[in-house]
Amino acid sequence: MPVIEVSNLSIAYGDIRAVTNLSFTANSGEVLAVLGPNGAGKTSTVECLEGYRRPTTGEVRVLGLDPIADHALLVPQIGVMLQTGGVYPGIRVLEALELFGSFYSDPANPNELLERVGLTHRRTSTWRQLSGGEQQRLSLALALIGKPQVAFLDEPTAGIDLQGRQLVRTIVRELAEQGTCVVLTTHDLDEAERVCDRVLIIDKGHLITVGTPGELMAAGGSREIRFGAPAGIDVAALGKAMLAAVHEHSPGEYVVDIDPSPSNIAALTNWLAEMDLPLADIRAGRQSLEDVFMRMTAITGEIPAVKIERAPQGTSRNRQPRTRRRAGDQ
Amino acid sequence: MIATGAASTSSAVKAQALMELKLTLRRGESVLLTFLIPIVLLAFFSQVDVFTDANEDRITSLFPGILALAIMSTSFVSIAIATGFERQMGVLKRLGATPLTRRALMVAKTCAVVVVQLIQMVVLGVEALLLGFRFDGADIALALVGAVLATIAFAGLGLLMAGSLPALTTLAAANGLYLLLLLISGMVIPLDQLPEFLQSLAAILPSGALTELFNGSIGTTTLDFQPFLVLALWAGATPLLAAKWFRWE
Repeated sequence: MPVIEVSNLSIAYGDIRAVTNLSFTANSGEVLAVLGPNGAGKTSTVECLEGYRRPTTGEVRVLGLDPIADHALLVPQIGVMLQTGGVYPGIRVLEALELFGSFYSDPANPNELLERVGLTHRRTSTWRQLSGGEQQRLSLALALIGKPQVAFLDEPTAGIDLQGRQLVRTIVRELAEQGTCVVLTTHDLDEAERVCDRVLIIDKGHLITVGTPGELMAAGGSREIRFGAPAGIDVAALGKAMLAAVHEHSPGEYVVDIDPSPSNIAALTNWLAEMDLPLADIRAGRQSLEDVFMRMTAITGEIPAVKIERAPQGTSRNRQPRTRRRAGDQ
Repeated sequence: MIATGAASTSSAVKAQALMELKLTLRRGESVLLTFLIPIVLLAFFSQVDVFTDANEDRITSLFPGILALAIMSTSFVSIAIATGFERQMGVLKRLGATPLTRRALMVAKTCAVVVVQLIQMVVLGVEALLLGFRFDGADIALALVGAVLATIAFAGLGLLMAGSLPALTTLAAANGLYLLLLLISGMVIPLDQLPEFLQSLAAILPSGALTELFNGSIGTTTLDFQPFLVLALWAGATPLLAAKWFRWE
């Protein structure tokens, strides 16, 4: 039986429809990302599962329970990380964990949990003395103190440094391996791609698509080769050599409309070698989740108000860090 | 019934109440309001003739009002401000996703308030004794009844504000009301020195009624039934209004 079952969920605030006819499931040991631009309905959806919001229509079940009617039975089994706040400003880190632990019959060890989220050195600091990233770490620890079967993490890596992100991702994977079902919302595509078993993309409250990151990235992206090279190379000449259309889709970013077969890739790299052009990166077949997301959310009309968070070294050529790694793999 | 995975209600309430108490005593502005101001006012106005004649027994007329002020500062202002910010910071929302029930949270908050009030009574009582107050004819039981009724009434009012207004508005309004009620309820300034309409107003305010009740039970004035009635009405009304209008987020 799925741990989470959402069927035909709609949420309306007055006349505004935040979520429309959304259905999905999640299983134990699975990490599900709810991905979408700001205002897509991610938080509304998760808050229904947590029992904070009543569905306008439709049904949600968590561990077979109604989050509102069976609230008292459900809360000991779930862990919640809110997007911001949720902790007394004057409480000390260890005190907060001990307090929350005292609400559960078999809580995790607060000191071990602090070690795990890397806050041991801050255990006597108050919440208001913590940096944004440290507050996120404590919120995560508080979500896990009751050894939950289902963990809801709302934007767990927002405002957290790179090291913190890695740590959060590691913890999320560990939780899944121990059989916890983790539902996290994010607008960070990279994060969804790295840690999630399945991704649910919603926009303006509608389900756009659902699948594993691999499925989503493979779908519809098979007939092109993308590569990075110096800006302004002669695309007409390359097109002639490849017998396919070539576009410079942004300066130094090229797309060849051709099946990414090994021979076609070889033809491309040979041509570049003849012209003595350095190859920055090459990607074939798979789209990034970002491409999928941009394409999918574009279907619903307006440009999504998406904020894509990047590693600090990211430049306007946004796929570089990832694609470079892939090129190295080949 | 305890849900699987949840701690017993008593241990959850105990942990929560202790934490509420610790956090209250750790907040500088809360200590200032609940301890320093009443202590200083009691010492100052019992030694200096401002509102009284030189030959009057100042401590006897002053102590009941200061005690009422202390009760009000804890059960109204302190609760309103703390709860307002807890609501704004999402603390109440987050606690709502733990096995701590709302009822248990309210019980814990009440316990913390009562403990602070007991400390206030002891501290101010000792101070009053040192300043020459005599508890000889005091009816402590009646005073306690008044304190309980007033605490319920004030806490209801504080929660009503905290649960329906933005935290900063609550902060300003609670402090403003505190000052206003301090001035017009006979707590520091004797009522007979106020204009008549303010005297009538004081009689129907919870702060005025509590002061009158304390004056009658531990002071030297005669006690009649009206302050009990006024406090009971407030104690009946404000929690209901708070329950109706309180928004958890």
